[in-house]
Amino acid sequence: MTTADGHPASRPDADIVDALRGRGLGVGALVFEGALLVALLSALSILLVLLADVVSGALPTFRTRGIGFVLSGLSLSPDTAGVLTGIAGSVTIAAIVVALAFPVGVAAALYLEEYAEEGWGTTLVDTTVRNLAGVPSIVYGLLGLAVFVPLVDRIGLGGVSHGRNVIAAGITMAVLVLPIVIITSAEAIRAVPQTIREAGFGVGATRWEVIRHHVLPSALPGILTGTVLTLARALGETAPLLVIGVATGYFAPPANVGVLERLTGPYTALPVIVFSWSRQTRPEFLETLAPAAIVVLLGVLFTLNGAAVWLRNRHDRRW
Amino acid sequence: MDTTDLIPEPPIDLRTGGNAPTAPSHDRPAIFEVDGLDVFYGDFHAVQDVTLDIARNEITAFIGPSGCGKSTVLRCFNRMNDLIPTARVEGSVRYHGLDLYGPDVDPVQVRRHVGMVFQRPNPFPKSIYDNVAFGPKIAKYDGDMDALVEASLTKAALWDEVKDKLRDSAYTLSGGQQQRLCIARAIATSPDVLLMDEPASALDPIATLRIEELMYELKEEYSIIIVTHNMQQASRVSDRTAFFNIEVTDGGQRTGRLVEFSETATLFTRPQHPQTEDYITGRFG
Ligand SMILES: Nc1ncnc2c1ncn2[C@@H]1O[C@H](COP(=O)(O)OP(=O)(O)OP(=O)(O)O)[C@@H](O)[C@H]1O
Ligand SMILES: [Mg+2]
Repeated sequence: MTTADGHPASRPDADIVDALRGRGLGVGALVFEGALLVALLSALSILLVLLADVVSGALPTFRTRGIGFVLSGLSLSPDTAGVLTGIAGSVTIAAIVVALAFPVGVAAALYLEEYAEEGWGTTLVDTTVRNLAGVPSIVYGLLGLAVFVPLVDRIGLGGVSHGRNVIAAGITMAVLVLPIVIITSAEAIRAVPQTIREAGFGVGATRWEVIRHHVLPSALPGILTGTVLTLARALGETAPLLVIGVATGYFAPPANVGVLERLTGPYTALPVIVFSWSRQTRPEFLETLAPAAIVVLLGVLFTLNGAAVWLRNRHDRRW
Repeated sequence: MDTTDLIPEPPIDLRTGGNAPTAPSHDRPAIFEVDGLDVFYGDFHAVQDVTLDIARNEITAFIGPSGCGKSTVLRCFNRMNDLIPTARVEGSVRYHGLDLYGPDVDPVQVRRHVGMVFQRPNPFPKSIYDNVAFGPKIAKYDGDMDALVEASLTKAALWDEVKDKLRDSAYTLSGGQQQRLCIARAIATSPDVLLMDEPASALDPIATLRIEELMYELKEEYSIIIVTHNMQQASRVSDRTAFFNIEVTDGGQRTGRLVEFSETATLFTRPQHPQTEDYITGRFG
């Protein structure tokens, strides 16, 4: 089929145009898409119901107490009890986790990715780290009880609690999140393109100079995001703290004592407060105070996650 | 600005903590002597039995079909293949008479003397200025860094395009501009030898000519090896040309071999080997 001037007839063109227009999705694809949507919506609605339940339970507390709930400490009376002691404990634990797990985890990841030769030894270490990340947190609690509590006591930081204090808790949590910090850091380091390393070596940089000036700055956003997310995990953990002797009942924080006494004395953390309030005999604790504490905890976690997203966007790499 | 006053030429001593520097011997015409070079990637024999001398203050061109091992051989001259865990180099490569793969040679020192422009532009994710300044900075350059950056960018024919945005990310540059930035980065450290892997593959004719002029200038002081797919470029700029080809061995493996190496004029007008003739006349494959 050719037209008068020798060009092929328009038939193939029409085929292409038809094909480009498309005919929408087939029935199978539609059903599949629908099923995915239903799965997503049901997961979301369960979360929403949970959240709504907690918030509605918490509302009376915030309405009557306002910010005072956040700013007051433990108390036996539901009218005066607040979460400040828990916030103090959680923040201290978080600070210890960052101070320990971040440098050790990043250094370990750098060694694994940039220095270790490939071989069965490296593979073994890599697999072990991944397995450690999956160990239940209660096991880390036992480790903390057996090792870190006596250790803290031995080095003179035991205080009146004989090592069952926030320092031992921070160390235990740091060890708990360490494998995750290593894994996320290693992934961020691995994502740095090899061409950037070659460029660095190509102008005569040493391995350390390449890491210091190119690999680390490029991987840092990913490392920071990972670390912030693991911090959120550490803040939410309850089980290991229960094992290593966090205070689950009322205790009077010692007044007018120094920082060291505060650090080595009894302590509690936000999720532990939720736990102990839900076991109180007075119903107000379970019905209005525990939900309010959960809201505070969720607020902290959401803020951390928001910070992670912000870090990622701010340092978005352009390669 | 002349290159001589950028960085005083360091004494050539590539050895880790070596205290008896081998002075560059000026009676030796070859800067590199390659003898029986074999390169493997794991079990794959990428390049087989390459023997050639690279002359001092000359431009040597590597030509040949894709995959014949030009980049692989080039990367042996600054020990870049060390970075590929599977790569293995056999045979000898001598630089100023010293065995480059000798046990006491520090690859970092090698790369400070033998600079490289890579096949694909690979600027650092940093500012244009920092890209050029990084090499001199780690080499403890103590002269006027701004002047050095300007001189390097001018030589690479990039200065006019970037002089108002030196603090911008190198990733805002076009592909061809990035390639010229990488050239500026490589010459900023005033290396003794410059390895250029298809430095003009993403450049327009004007920038290409500018780079070829740069190579002419540089060969007064440096020795240059350039990989190129552009036959005109090879015949225009180079003094000697090496033609590599792929040979299919009995086992069905494809391995790279040096087919012919001679003065550029000779290779392009009176090739000795039929494969060379086929390739340069476009009857290849
Ligand atoms: N890192 C590597 N690992 C394994 N094989 C490789 C690696 N780099 C190159 N090769 C192989 O070695 C051979 C030579 O590659 P090389 O890059 O040196 O070719 P080339 O001549 O530079 O080609 P081109 O002109 O396309 O750049 C090819 O068969 C290639 O597949
Ligand atoms: Mg190549």
